Amino acid sequence: MFKALGRFFTKIKEGLTKTRKLIGGALRALIGLGRTIDQTFLDELEGTLLAADIGVAKTEEILTELKRRYKAGEVAKGEDLLAFLKQSLRAELQAPDQELAWAAKGTPTVVLVVGVNGAGKTTTIGKLAARYKQQGKSVLIAAGDTYRAAAIEQLGIWAQRAGVEIIKSQQGGDAAAVAFDAVAAAQARGHDLVIIDTAGRLHNKEHLMRELEKLRRVIQKRLPEAPHETLLILDATAGQNAVQQAKIFKDAMGVTGLVLTKLDGTAKGGAALTIRRELGLPVRFIGVGEQIDDLQPFDPDAFVNAIFGDE
Amino acid sequence: MFTQIADRFTSIFNRFRGSGTLTEDNLKEGLREVRRALLEADVNVGVVKTFLDAVTAKAVGESVLKGVAPGQQVVQIVHDELIAVMGAADSAIPFAKAGPTVILMAGLQGSGKTTTCGKLARMLKEQGKRPLLVAADLQRPAAIDQLKILGGQIGVPVFHEPGLKAPELCARGVNHAQLDNRDVVILDTAGRLHVDDALMAEVADIHRRTTPHQTYLVIDAMTGQDAVHSAKAFNDRLSLDGVVVTKLDGDTRGGAIVSLRATIGKPIKFVGTGEKLDALQPFHPDRMARRILGMGDVLTFVEKAQAAVDETEAKKLEERIKKNKFDLQDFQDQLKAIQRMGSIKDLLGLIPGVGAKFSELNIDESVFRRYQAMIGSMTKYERSQPELIDMGRRRRIALGSGTSTNDVQALLKHFLTMKKMMGKMGDFQEMAARLPDNPHLTPEQLANPQAFMPNPNKLFARKDDQDALKKYRQERKRKKMLAKKNRR
Repeated sequence: MFKALGRFFTKIKEGLTKTRKLIGGALRALIGLGRTIDQTFLDELEGTLLAADIGVAKTEEILTELKRRYKAGEVAKGEDLLAFLKQSLRAELQAPDQELAWAAKGTPTVVLVVGVNGAGKTTTIGKLAARYKQQGKSVLIAAGDTYRAAAIEQLGIWAQRAGVEIIKSQQGGDAAAVAFDAVAAAQARGHDLVIIDTAGRLHNKEHLMRELEKLRRVIQKRLPEAPHETLLILDATAGQNAVQQAKIFKDAMGVTGLVLTKLDGTAKGGAALTIRRELGLPVRFIGVGEQIDDLQPFDPDAFVNAIFGDE
Repeated sequence: MFTQIADRFTSIFNRFRGSGTLTEDNLKEGLREVRRALLEADVNVGVVKTFLDAVTAKAVGESVLKGVAPGQQVVQIVHDELIAVMGAADSAIPFAKAGPTVILMAGLQGSGKTTTCGKLARMLKEQGKRPLLVAADLQRPAAIDQLKILGGQIGVPVFHEPGLKAPELCARGVNHAQLDNRDVVILDTAGRLHVDDALMAEVADIHRRTTPHQTYLVIDAMTGQDAVHSAKAFNDRLSLDGVVVTKLDGDTRGGAIVSLRATIGKPIKFVGTGEKLDALQPFHPDRMARRILGMGDVLTFVEKAQAAVDETEAKKLEERIKKNKFDLQDFQDQLKAIQRMGSIKDLLGLIPGVGAKFSELNIDESVFRRYQAMIGSMTKYERSQPELIDMGRRRRIALGSGTSTNDVQALLKHFLTMKKMMGKMGDFQEMAARLPDNPHLTPEQLANPQAFMPNPNKLFARKDDQDALKKYRQERKRKKMLAKKNRR
């Protein structure tokens, strides 16, 4: 148990270390010199925030507030600044509720996983399945990506690794039918959790978004309150387009949360801040590697601390 | 919330328009907006700074041109400079003089390497080459199966030997190509983060063992600020020859392309514009510049229209319209074609000057769905003879399509009006003739579409129309006079 906990912290630290090196390094250099807050300083700070994909609007908001506080005498030195920055970013992220909204006892919890191509849906499902299987849940996954070549095989391998059952059809089959079958099978066999994979799709493709809406309607024919969670998988390396992705997927599919993948690179996933503020969508998990246990619940404090290179 | 850069650009432009001369001040203000636009398009913050310095140097040194508003001039400079940064279009692959040409594809996870390998192989095969694909992504589950399936779809062999490490596998693949008389080898490698030292060393090893003639970085067009870091890391290890940008069929502005070019200076070879294997295209820096600046993209609009409409179908339709046989079935086909092009709002956004005007306009696209449902509930007879749809039929159609009889009435009215308009189709052909020959519109033209778009008044200014109008006006005047007289 302690070992597992230890590994957990090492992982999240490892994953965010590179993030920290970049942003944290720049900020530490800024703050460490005990500089006064002047225009050059503000410019550098602005550059640092923008480089984290935090977005122009949020960056401007932070700088405006910072200037106001400086004039009011609340912020004078680098240390005050760090506290202020952390606070203003953390305020956007709020503590998450429970990991997933579980269905009433006796009903399978249905989690629908959506996102653009290459965001990491299939990998994330493998990790999620393993996570809940380890927690003693009975998990079923549905290979709803019937479009991409070998997507079904890919999920099949993850199912094996996680030791969970999988419902699948042929490539080119009807994704909605697979989803329906999976929910029906979970009801019949008494699974606790059904995770449904879907084909990656760009949010601006209307017909593909409608196809996804149909998939949801078909699931609801079997289980009216499903899906209990619709997770949007977001690539942390994505820029401001991530906000547009989240907006359209939320409108079409009623997304309930985000999974931020590939956070083990140098990208900071700052777009998640804007998404949280503008759409109210919380980050549920972060992906920090290709191994089956490289999925962690999102911890806003750790996230913000890591951004600023604090232990 | 999500302000379109196009709108903003229009507003900068308007602000400049009145000032007459290009001063330091208005330049500064304008460039601040340009900066914001570029940042929102995901151009790297460092790159933006360098870019704007270059623009400032150019703009300040240049005298204000006569007859051109300073705003236009700045927009022109920004536009040209963006194109200059992105480099000339270059989608030629220099093939080896002897032996197979080896192409190594590398990139981050999920950028689209495997799909791009398939697209590239298909394109080369169409050009008469004999490509071989090598499945060397040993990390992602089923990546080899995926490439094999793609290879099967396009009829290109896929080389893989289980149990080998990736560098050895690639070396053998190249060997195999030589023996099998293949003239191009495309190496599909695992996705890797640029900070993963072990995997970066592996791809460097592949590069060393196979000495590829071309090494391409595959990058997602939606990439944000981080694009500079990954591109630099890959370039340092592999000395890239070019870049393939994927998922450009999304609605991202694609500023990452500017960051890439500015950081590593390698040409953008191809762009991926869809999930199908034929969706690989040459890169057009001019179109990309307009897209990043949100200036509208007439060419994309035209291409979308072409993709959605089958040419022979269009010809048939034209015939039917000429013979005044356009019916509800044709109307439904048209609706479907329009929907295939994407959302109406997005389409409007592609037309220069229109995006800004209609951004607040709420276009109810469900109308299209309702229309289609209603036409779907009609019999063949009703579709060809809409005039004959009486109240009873209307009620049935409304019931069948989940609408009201009023909706059906509105559809029929809309249809008949349209049919009348279509009688004047010849005038639209005149409009097409007025479009400039050169499809590469300049920013001045883009900023002022009225200059080449037809005058709507003129569009309906046929002689018989004018005569009818004259008659109508005379009649109205006469009736007014009569009424006045009677009152007296």
